[in-house]
Amino acid sequence: MPRALIKVPARAKRGEVIEIKTLISHEMETGFRHSNTGTAIPRDIIKTFVASYNGEEIFRAQLFPAIAANPFITFHTVATESGTLEFSWNGDNGYAASEQVKISVE
Amino acid sequence: MGKTVSRKRRAGAGLPPSTRREVLQQAAAAAVGGVFAGLAARPAAATPAAMRAAIAEVIGEAKLNVGRVKLEIPPLVENGNTVACAVSVDSPMTATDYVKAIHVFNEKNPQPNVISAKLGPRAGRAAIATRIRLTDTQTVTAIAELSDGSFWSHSVDVVITLGACLEDPL
Repeated sequence: MPRALIKVPARAKRGEVIEIKTLISHEMETGFRHSNTGTAIPRDIIKTFVASYNGEEIFRAQLFPAIAANPFITFHTVATESGTLEFSWNGDNGYAASEQVKISVE
Repeated sequence: MGKTVSRKRRAGAGLPPSTRREVLQQAAAAAVGGVFAGLAARPAAATPAAMRAAIAEVIGEAKLNVGRVKLEIPPLVENGNTVACAVSVDSPMTATDYVKAIHVFNEKNPQPNVISAKLGPRAGRAAIATRIRLTDTQTVTAIAELSDGSFWSHSVDVVITLGACLEDPL
């Protein structure tokens, strides 16, 4: 199971713009490197990252090999109501990971 | 004295080397040339032309304006494997005037695209941050697509001392 770190304020005021920081462990192999024996190392990256707030998509990013290992992505959203933020990462070789964080909005 | 002069003349005329020293010098030069030829055979890097093509694919026929976008990236980077990169766009982020997408491109990595992020008025603030790989000293460009269909950009020159992407794994 990949390790994901997510930083979302546990409590927020209604209408407040909150910052969300996400990091997931993944080596993001570029596909442009060669092993010691000269064979090309196949690409293995996370291609898409999606964040949703109570089921509504709020952010989507398409990642390329130029994203560093252990993709770290920061973005913002407006805290509208209490609920769940869901994050999912999908990539090469059927890679899929997701994580949920609860937020309470006053 | 006379011998030296005749040797120089021979070399100048492009005749085959006859002394041991000349033979060794030429062999060394050939070996160095071989190494550089090997370096040149690395995977084709994205060129400024490839970056322009990738940008054209995103913006189409639209005009690319300069301004409103701020790309924050260190001007001097020691290790290109992780470079902090933040993009923010000057936008009120209301339902009628917001940033639709933020794209980041580079000139010299094997591939010109870095990240394409889709935002909406729901974001509240048009600002994203990530960590990227840069293989060489180059220009990085961030482009924002606004809800009115206009495109805005900001380019930053970055100096890299240790590049990413092409080193062999440890």
